[in-house]
Amino acid sequence: MIGKESAIGRAVKFTFLGLWLVFTVFPLYWITVTSLKAPGDIFAFPIAYWPEHFSLENYSGLFGTADFGTYLTNSLVVATVAGVVATAISMLSAYVLARFEFRTKSALLMAALVTQMIPTFIALGPLYLLMTDLRLVDNRLGLVLVYIAVCIPFCTVMLRGFFENIPDALEEAAMIDGLSRFGALFRVLLPVMRPGIVAAFIFNFVNCWNELFLSVTLMNSDANKTVPTALNGFISSFNIDWGSMSAAAVLTILPTMVLFAFASRHIVQGLTSGAVKG
Amino acid sequence: MAGASPTTNTTKTTRATPPGAGRTSRTSGAAPAPGARPGRRKREFTTRRGLLIAAFMAPAAVFVAVFTYYPVIAGSQMAFRNWKLTDLTDTSWVGLRNFRDVFADPAWGTVLANTALWVVGSIVPQLVIGFALALWLRRRFRFRGIYQALIFFPWAISGFLIGILFRWMFNSEFGVVNDLLQKAGLIDEPIAWLADPDTAMAAVLVANVWYGVTFFAIMILAALQSIPDELYEAAALDGAGKVRTLFRITIPYIRTTLALTVLLRVIWIFNFPDLIFGMTGGGPNNETHIVTTWMIKITQQGDYGRASALGLLVVAGLLLFATFFLLATREKREVKP
Repeated sequence: MIGKESAIGRAVKFTFLGLWLVFTVFPLYWITVTSLKAPGDIFAFPIAYWPEHFSLENYSGLFGTADFGTYLTNSLVVATVAGVVATAISMLSAYVLARFEFRTKSALLMAALVTQMIPTFIALGPLYLLMTDLRLVDNRLGLVLVYIAVCIPFCTVMLRGFFENIPDALEEAAMIDGLSRFGALFRVLLPVMRPGIVAAFIFNFVNCWNELFLSVTLMNSDANKTVPTALNGFISSFNIDWGSMSAAAVLTILPTMVLFAFASRHIVQGLTSGAVKG
Repeated sequence: MAGASPTTNTTKTTRATPPGAGRTSRTSGAAPAPGARPGRRKREFTTRRGLLIAAFMAPAAVFVAVFTYYPVIAGSQMAFRNWKLTDLTDTSWVGLRNFRDVFADPAWGTVLANTALWVVGSIVPQLVIGFALALWLRRRFRFRGIYQALIFFPWAISGFLIGILFRWMFNSEFGVVNDLLQKAGLIDEPIAWLADPDTAMAAVLVANVWYGVTFFAIMILAALQSIPDELYEAAALDGAGKVRTLFRITIPYIRTTLALTVLLRVIWIFNFPDLIFGMTGGGPNNETHIVTTWMIKITQQGDYGRASALGLLVVAGLLLFATFFLLATREKREVKP
């Protein structure tokens, strides 16, 4: 196919691929090992590459002294609700942008692209004032509304790519068979697109789960904090407590990693078919 | 400029609808009912179509308009006001003073230079390594699927948390990077990576390369898979070597993807203060501050006016860059046979 590979070529290739894999996985390995060491062992010499005494003390500390369970719940609720609603709304806009030609279409796509260029910090002050007027500061619903708006542009572009990969003929046939456009969309198109929709949701969920600056600005009481805000709290103090930090980092990364592993193939498809065209 | 478009567009489409056009008509390609005049049917068709477009676009447009564009526009006018958290009684208009303050700051030169280094120093290794990975992943091998899933995972982690992970690894006393380098005999003494201005930027760049390579690899791999095999067969028949094939066939063929991926990444990397914020907070001595982390610092000092001025400069700069970049790459695409 693509020419023959020499033995040297193969050796170089697999060496490089192996090195990159080690480099990619190592930071995750390291934070996990750190989190499983007894708190005193983290700062012991020589540096141990495998915990001498396995200990879950760093983890139990998170749920004892810090209120990490609350933060996890907050993040889970906010990211799930925002992710689902943003995906549903983006499905409608993506469908229209994929199937119709109209005058304002390129302006709308441009408006979506511009949102990617805006630094979050320019909007923080006015957003805080707006949310104060709406009585939604330090309120999980408030954060959900803002996150939905953050997710929509990219999600729309991604889903548009999936819609465009489905031939028009499919829904035309459904409409000739007597289904309305809504019927064709919900009963014929969406089932075909299910992997794409799941990927879009996971992408949204992970983005909301990871978001820091908006959450820090809008949520000030301890009961409403999300996980990234709590992590930020660990470093705002004078020293970093690396024991708690490493355990918290592992707990933050794990769910998103599982989700990504679950849907990586479809996310890749969404990125490549949607983002490049957009 | 493009600011208000989501709302304006929706209202426009809705207003174009003449009243009383609610009669149902099938929008499919099915034959029109006997006796229906073709012109009328067409108008009904477009009306329904306009309504549908407006109704489907409305939720997305409303959300983005209210929670993204409104705060941005409101924030933009702060750029021309005296807007300091320390004194909210005086928010008078001050013209371009905030912009002058941005440029007059003695650290501004460092911040700009750092930003350039941050963008170029991240993009180039990401592109080169990502390209290499894509070329090597093109041919099927055992465990390729698992390999791809494994190198994909940095994408699931937030920039802030990546900063934290690497901050711990680059720790001067207990950091694993120093330990490994000492074991390998590459250094004698531990290096205070994040406290030394000369090494802090390098450390931050390593973290960003770690994070960003995957995106390039994925995009380029997808583009590579769209190249027809016949092209390579023809090149092989003509006796073209590997290097020649790469530069004469592979790269020209995927030029559009390359250009768009680079554009998208430049915009994202520019607007990516998270990693630096988590890793160094802009230190030591402002040496790792880029424009967007600088903006965080000014915001935290309470000078919203100046921070907004800086934000407007960022948006203007990126729009300008995107325009020129798209024009430049379009020309090349036309030259392509």
